Amino acid sequence: MLSSEEILEIKHAIKLVPYKKAASVEALKVVQEHRRWISDESLRDVAKFLEMSPEELDSVATFYNMIFRKEVGKHVILVCDSISCWVMGYEKLRDQLFNRLGIKYGETTHDGLFTVLPNCCLGTCDCAPALMIDHDLYRNVKAEELNQILEKYK
Amino acid sequence: MERGWGEVMERPLTQHIRKDGRPLTLKEYEAVGGYQALRKMLKLTPKEVQTLVKDSNLRGRGGAGFSTGLKWSFVPLDTPKPKYLITNADEMEPGTFKDRILLESTPHQLIEGMIIAAYAIQANISYVYLRWAYKTAAQAILSAIDEAMAKGYLGNNILGSGYDLEMHLHTGVGRYMCGEETALLNSLEGKRATPRAKPPFPQVSGLYGRPTIVNNVETLCCLPHIVNKGAEWFQKLSLTGDAGTKLYGVSGKVKKPGAWELPMGVTLRELIEEHAGGMQDGFKFRGALPGGASTDFLVEEHLDVKMDYTSVAAAGSRLGTGTVVILDDKTCPVGFVENLEHFFAQESCGFCTPCREGLPWVEKILSAIDSGEGKINDLKLLEHHTKFLGPGNTFCAFAPGAMEPLQSALKYFRADFEKHIHEHRCPY
Ligand SMILES: Cc1cc2nc3c(=O)[nH]c(=O)nc-3n(C[C@H](O)[C@H](O)[C@H](O)COP(=O)(O)O)c2cc1C
Ligand code: SF4
Ligand code: FES
Repeated sequence: MLSSEEILEIKHAIKLVPYKKAASVEALKVVQEHRRWISDESLRDVAKFLEMSPEELDSVATFYNMIFRKEVGKHVILVCDSISCWVMGYEKLRDQLFNRLGIKYGETTHDGLFTVLPNCCLGTCDCAPALMIDHDLYRNVKAEELNQILEKYK
Repeated sequence: MERGWGEVMERPLTQHIRKDGRPLTLKEYEAVGGYQALRKMLKLTPKEVQTLVKDSNLRGRGGAGFSTGLKWSFVPLDTPKPKYLITNADEMEPGTFKDRILLESTPHQLIEGMIIAAYAIQANISYVYLRWAYKTAAQAILSAIDEAMAKGYLGNNILGSGYDLEMHLHTGVGRYMCGEETALLNSLEGKRATPRAKPPFPQVSGLYGRPTIVNNVETLCCLPHIVNKGAEWFQKLSLTGDAGTKLYGVSGKVKKPGAWELPMGVTLRELIEEHAGGMQDGFKFRGALPGGASTDFLVEEHLDVKMDYTSVAAAGSRLGTGTVVILDDKTCPVGFVENLEHFFAQESCGFCTPCREGLPWVEKILSAIDSGEGKINDLKLLEHHTKFLGPGNTFCAFAPGAMEPLQSALKYFRADFEKHIHEHRCPY
């Protein structure tokens, strides 16, 4: 069931477009903002609200990297794995992160706190390597600084 | 308008950026001449604005370098509403970080440019299509739109001219293809970001089937300055035939990676040696992608190539986004290309078969070569792909772009590929 808050926000998105279906990406963003990810149930609810089939909405949802169709942790860590960060040795940072959290790409820590995902160029290649945690961008990250950064999210 | 060492170079797009990185407020932007171009422009007819921009020789900064004024001229002016103007701020080309700088620091410059472009094609609705990752930019643009609305620069009857323009921020949900302009339109309509067949071109049938112009952030930021100072001034900013300044960037093993606004047409050597401080100690230059992941390598013999659209094309590559990624002598060229093709294989939209099936195959071959399991015949297979995924064989420009670094790596770094295969290991 969509909450009344979610419905209000989706209705607002619909107002800005010529027909309901055109708000599909916005509606998915609204629900993800409230629930962190899009479950099968959420998908069906949103589809019904937009008068489209769940399959059609899922084809949109699964297309985009930042719509999560699997449950993610409280904080999502995105590691830039693109070219400038690769040249500057992001792999050391990635391995340190895996070690520290005991998980790999696509996994969530047991306490549900962190999910780690690889991500394309974060647009700050002159300060490589880079990573993002939720809305926060970290540049020129050194493997030694990781602990300190992660502490902030506990 | 003297230029050269010892003289002050003009940097119209970036000269007012604050040291602390905070965006210029409306007041601050006005204090340095902001929104004067808007006033001046509203006295011209849309056709006059188009002609001015055509005369300035401004070429699109999104990568393709198409004449901006010419592109606008394909929009039918006397059609019923609505028409759309869209800023492409989806910057996601690996190695590219130039639009972020303009978005975060001078959002009003972009908004003023957007009003000029929208007026020139008589659009009444505009969007900034912003990459999700650019959180700071999103805040800056939202508050700038509010300020501009409150001041009467946006909304109905702008400065009493009778011209109306609304502006919205749309943040994406991450996919490289959203930067391709027709895929961007599908994405704005709430669909999968797959590209559309052209023709019809967006100028005639774009967002919701209406005439639409999509322009890059940097392209639009040039407009207030062209209106203020004229077409001739803009042309003279450049060292070559391609007008204006350009935001160049360098990343990789250089002493001072960064981005700088410089006259269009500085050489690759000047960028690396003067602005990026040269290579880091212990590293030598081997090659560079001149404008992001989907451009052909340039190598030592190209260091004196002028970094403009025409000269880089003549050297066998593309200026692209103008943000250079350096390959040094301690970094494996095979691994370098493997990283790029991994990106392309993942971001392929899957709409057409050669790209969807071919790119993962290319990535697998490269990965095998890199780990010492390659066969000499693999090089033929890779070459085969650079043809069959090249221009004309796929639905959009994505796959040909993906083949550019590969085909040039096979040309310039062939010995490295062969060494991997013969020694059954990565020599780096
Ligand atoms: C796969 C692909 C990705 C693209 N990504 C971007 C992008 O992120 N930003 C951009 O401005 N142009 C991008 N472009 C180019 C756009 O399609 C379009 O040409 C450009 O936005 C037009 O603006 P301009 O004429 O001002 O350069 C991309 C093109 C392709 C084929
Ligand atoms: S070339 Fe690639 S990105 Fe372009 S339409 Fe085909 S599959 Fe999609
Ligand atoms: S390559 Fe990592 S930020 Fe661009």
